[in-house]
Amino acid sequence: MLKTDVVIIGAGAVGSALAREFSKYRLDVTVVEKNEDVGGDSSKSNSAIIHTGYDAAPGTLESQLVVAANPMYDKIVSDLDVPFARIGAILPAFNDEQYEQLPALKHKAMKNRVYDVEYKTGEQLLEMEPQLNPEVRGGLYIPRESIIDPFLFCIGMAENAADNGVHFLLGTKVTGIDVENGAVCAVKTDKGQTIQAKYVINAAGLYCDEVASYVGKNDYYVNPRKGQFYILDKKTSCRVGMIVLPIPTKITKGKLICPTIHGNMLVGPTAEDLQDKTDKSTNTEGLESIANDIRKMVPNVNLRDTITQYSGLRAQRNPEGLNIDMYDDLAGYVNISGVRSTGLTGSVAIAKYVVDMLLESGMKAEFKTDFNPIRHGTPHFVELSDEEKKELIARDPRYGNIVCRCETITEGQICDAIHRTLGARSVDGVKRRLRAGMGRCQGGFCGPKVIEILARELGISVAEVCKNDPGSEMTVGNLR
Amino acid sequence: MGDRLMNNNMYDVIIVGGGPAGLAAAVGAVDGGAKRVLIAERDISLGGILEQCIHPGFGLKHFGEELTGPEYARRFIAQVKEKGVEFKLGTMVLEIGDHCITGVNSTDGLFTAYGKSIVLAMGCRERTRGAIMTPGTRPAGVYTAGAAQRLINRQNTMVGKKVVILGSGDIGMIMARRMTLEGAKVLAVVEIMDYTAGLTRNRVQCLEDFGIPLMLSHTVVQIKGNRRVEGVVVAAVDPATKKPIAGTEQTFECDTLLLSCGLIPENELSRECGVALSRITSGPEVNQFMQTNKEYVFACGNVVHVNDLVDNVTEESLRTGRAAAQYAAGTLPKCDKEIPTVPQGNVRYICPQRLVPNADARLFFRAASPAKNVTLNVYAGENKIYTKKLIRINPGEMESVDVKAEAMAGVDSVRVEVI
Repeated sequence: MLKTDVVIIGAGAVGSALAREFSKYRLDVTVVEKNEDVGGDSSKSNSAIIHTGYDAAPGTLESQLVVAANPMYDKIVSDLDVPFARIGAILPAFNDEQYEQLPALKHKAMKNRVYDVEYKTGEQLLEMEPQLNPEVRGGLYIPRESIIDPFLFCIGMAENAADNGVHFLLGTKVTGIDVENGAVCAVKTDKGQTIQAKYVINAAGLYCDEVASYVGKNDYYVNPRKGQFYILDKKTSCRVGMIVLPIPTKITKGKLICPTIHGNMLVGPTAEDLQDKTDKSTNTEGLESIANDIRKMVPNVNLRDTITQYSGLRAQRNPEGLNIDMYDDLAGYVNISGVRSTGLTGSVAIAKYVVDMLLESGMKAEFKTDFNPIRHGTPHFVELSDEEKKELIARDPRYGNIVCRCETITEGQICDAIHRTLGARSVDGVKRRLRAGMGRCQGGFCGPKVIEILARELGISVAEVCKNDPGSEMTVGNLR
Repeated sequence: MGDRLMNNNMYDVIIVGGGPAGLAAAVGAVDGGAKRVLIAERDISLGGILEQCIHPGFGLKHFGEELTGPEYARRFIAQVKEKGVEFKLGTMVLEIGDHCITGVNSTDGLFTAYGKSIVLAMGCRERTRGAIMTPGTRPAGVYTAGAAQRLINRQNTMVGKKVVILGSGDIGMIMARRMTLEGAKVLAVVEIMDYTAGLTRNRVQCLEDFGIPLMLSHTVVQIKGNRRVEGVVVAAVDPATKKPIAGTEQTFECDTLLLSCGLIPENELSRECGVALSRITSGPEVNQFMQTNKEYVFACGNVVHVNDLVDNVTEESLRTGRAAAQYAAGTLPKCDKEIPTVPQGNVRYICPQRLVPNADARLFFRAASPAKNVTLNVYAGENKIYTKKLIRINPGEMESVDVKAEAMAGVDSVRVEVI
């Protein structure tokens, strides 16, 4: 029987942030994740924006935590070597009805203590974003809205947590939680393990209602809300430099266009309520609705330059809102639910909030003096200076072999991503850590080579190389 | 010391890419008088895409015999070696600068090589699922036909057992046969147009001879399966709008979807170094010497426009290499005023786009849509200099016509018309 102090269920943004936060204390921490890789479901398929919380419902826990989280990012991304940029957002109004909403939106920002939101005139906005529809009347500027690499953000937190002693059980699904004398005592998994634990944190995102039902705390349900997106080629003719947000309507926050941290354009999302938590398909209606809406703000957007489309599910709950619950009749259990589109941003504050709540309630945990906050990422070959490139290749010639030509990713980087802490085990694992296969050929050239490298480095047969989870085998193996 | 190092990096002609275009350009360059020629090739061997094209059908035009891709490549690799062309394998060119390239590989590290002329021969890439926006899930088992071909023919790895192929490009049809020969079941080749995109002979030899169903005016409207492909939904399209027709959907259970939906010349390097690209071909705009707007930069093969026969690439690239060598020697014919070539009627594009009027030229062109019993007319200015009846014309098959220098004297354009 395995024994640990804390079990965190889920290794998405919230689970990974929790793992890192707990790793600052002398505690034995185990993260149980159903997927084969960290980075979650919703946490990897979203708009990759770090919000300010200017438009959250004032006074809510979600508003409190998102607003608190935003300023934390400068330090986190520098410690964890995660690509991030404070590019700012604008909220342009194109007609009277929209224009009249601006004061209320600004007031809401003030109530959320996002005091740096400013009015801009139409001319100012056009100067900031020349591709805007010239009918723009005016709008708001939200300087601290930022963009991040969502994959490396989660992976970075998880890796750093693991480097600080947290155990990760990947490809392992929690199937039950044992309760004894009004307190959690163990977690059961689909691998037949029973993990004794004093604390169990439900950070299962989309599946948090199922986990909650193991302890009878299912007074809510998750109501997945799909968002579809386009990613456009870095060379697309019509670009914006900031996050361009629509004025929200009563029904939806609407669809945005912004650069990604790697220089593509991101366009989306839709908002479609679903029943099926596994339905991450795209559809023509959704993609067409994005095109129509975005053209109202940025008329020249060229969606023919799309290199891929994807969709993600927000773990919306009913009743709505971010909830972090502890229960008098169930000691040691924390339930996190309603982590929706602000979840990526909020994760780091949610983690601090949960740990503080547990300490406050009597959890015995000594602060570590040897916590190492620093993670060194895989070298970004293409971004190095000529001298650094030469030095790296001299040290390891595999850095001279470019495998992914679209994103200029070397064999050296792929091997590093496979062999580092919580390394890549699949084609998607390599892709999310390095971007190999995320460029305009979408893995057409590097895909076959990545399969070969994964098989070689992991000591498995090519037939065993998966796109992500078991069942997603890339090939049926050698011919002869 | 510095000078010797410099000399070591100095070439008459540097060729980016060692596929069929690059190899023939190298041969042409040496034949044209270039003394030092360098090929930079990103793969671990010369030959490019030919190395994975193990089927026959190459060389009928150039060699008068039928060869496989690797056999065809061998003939050029042998010549290149015999002629003392230098080559660097596993080498990625990161940048083209002023008469130079910056490349990287595992043995030289990051290096710069200088060339009096530079030939672009990077070939093309395949249009992806994302580019054609096929809706559905994103499981394993969706491959471009060329990627699957590489896995099977070069990496000895089978991609799947039950296959649907979207697009009737040549690679798609060839892969339909290849997958069948390796024991897979190819359920259908689905083509959105009302005609096949590739060569007629591939339709006959790869599909009809193997009883593989060809579904014209159909497309894949949904991919199913969360981990591995579990099926695709195919629907008929309205031939005019290309939009799927509701109610015609049928599901094919399969584990693999191959895409053969077009090739795109790969011109990231060209664009970054300031070479002007055609909006129609997506390749550099060139004159009959395959010279781009940057006069020391030449281009040939699929990087310029996608060819259907390697023999045409060879012929074009031999000329390109010769012209690049002449440019390096300062003997290439020049003209202050180049004239444009203009496609008319059922002609989608002409390559070259520009002509130096005082030199003979071969014009390659493609039809915009299939047609029967048409007339090809070539005009120099207002003079009709050539006319011919064609029984049929097909966008999948490139046509060519020669124009003599004398005919171009004093005219302002050359027009090619199919009506």
